[in-house]
Amino acid sequence: MERVPILKIGGVLLVSIQIDLQDQSVLALQEDLAEKISSTGAHGVVIDISAVEIVDSFIGRMFATIASISRLFDADTVVVGMRPAVAITLVELGLTLGGVRTALDLERGMKILGQLGRGRES
Amino acid sequence: MTADAQRAQNLTDLLRADADTLIGTWVDTVAALLRGRSTKKELEGDFKELFAALLPLVGNDGKSIAGPEFADLRALLEEYSRGRVRAGFTPSETASSVFALKRVVFDLTENSDDPLMFRQLMAFSGLLDALGLLTFESYAQAREEIIREQSEQLLELTTPVVKVWEGVLAVPLVGTLDSARTQVVMEKLLEALVETGSEHAIIDITGVFAVDTQVAQHLLKTVVAARLMGAECIVSGIRPQIAQTIVALGIEFGDIVTKASLADALRHALRKEGVDVVRRETV
Repeated sequence: MERVPILKIGGVLLVSIQIDLQDQSVLALQEDLAEKISSTGAHGVVIDISAVEIVDSFIGRMFATIASISRLFDADTVVVGMRPAVAITLVELGLTLGGVRTALDLERGMKILGQLGRGRES
Repeated sequence: MTADAQRAQNLTDLLRADADTLIGTWVDTVAALLRGRSTKKELEGDFKELFAALLPLVGNDGKSIAGPEFADLRALLEEYSRGRVRAGFTPSETASSVFALKRVVFDLTENSDDPLMFRQLMAFSGLLDALGLLTFESYAQAREEIIREQSEQLLELTTPVVKVWEGVLAVPLVGTLDSARTQVVMEKLLEALVETGSEHAIIDITGVFAVDTQVAQHLLKTVVAARLMGAECIVSGIRPQIAQTIVALGIEFGDIVTKASLADALRHALRKEGVDVVRRETV
């Protein structure tokens, strides 16, 4: 089973999904991420899915689950780089990812997290 | 008597011998029928080719015109019929020009009371009937092609995605929205969002005169899909009647921003982008 690497940049964890996701890897990712947020005390999580071309409802739910997990550690989640076909599929599946923030690309995602982080400090 | 009988016995020979006169009369008859909308020269060119292709097939009675020996004639006739469609002739006029040959040949063989000749004439008449029907068919086919081409062009023409500002796209929708078109709009818009990296999109429906639940559903899906990708959509230009329909149908736009006009939507998008539009102070 392939594992998705989790990188730490400052107070942000970056998850870049470059592989075809299997259900097992999704579950492993959720575990790893929970572990990592708790150990690093990160305030934000960015999930980059610009390389993901196919999604199913299980993967769709993963975003919401990860967002809920991060929220428990007081971290914000941003999903970035979703492709049009993926977005259409998720809408057709009825998954609107309520509570998950989205951005067009990684740069904008980091900016959103930066703004949220500043709001947290003040 | 014998020479005459033999000559009359074979319709093909008769037609070949009198080819020029026949074509001449044929052209005259059809030209009168079309009332000058086609020149005699054009008709003569077309009919000469047709006649030449038709001649070797006259004796072939009882064979279906779908057969391989009719391929050349079929191609010629289809080409002729296609040309007629583009020139705006009715299918009856096209078929009549084929049927006109029948009368011309009947006139030629009027004096013959040979039963064999009569049989050959019947076969010839059947052949022309089949060819006439073929022109009808290719006429309908050509029409269908034109319609299909046009509807494709229409689809491309009416769904432009334009960039109105750095980071702001606009899609002015015009005409009747159906599921197929809304689908195209949806895909084009989302692609354009990624390409240009725009965070705002304005869907302007000023030119849309009717919205039903399905279309509204598609619009909402587009907005939600754009949101999933990290972009915001603004719907503008809802007509008063459409607003009433939307409320009557119970369609919820939820937290989607809607504005009365494209200008309002643009101002809203610019403000979100952090751009202020200020009037220059006049001295």
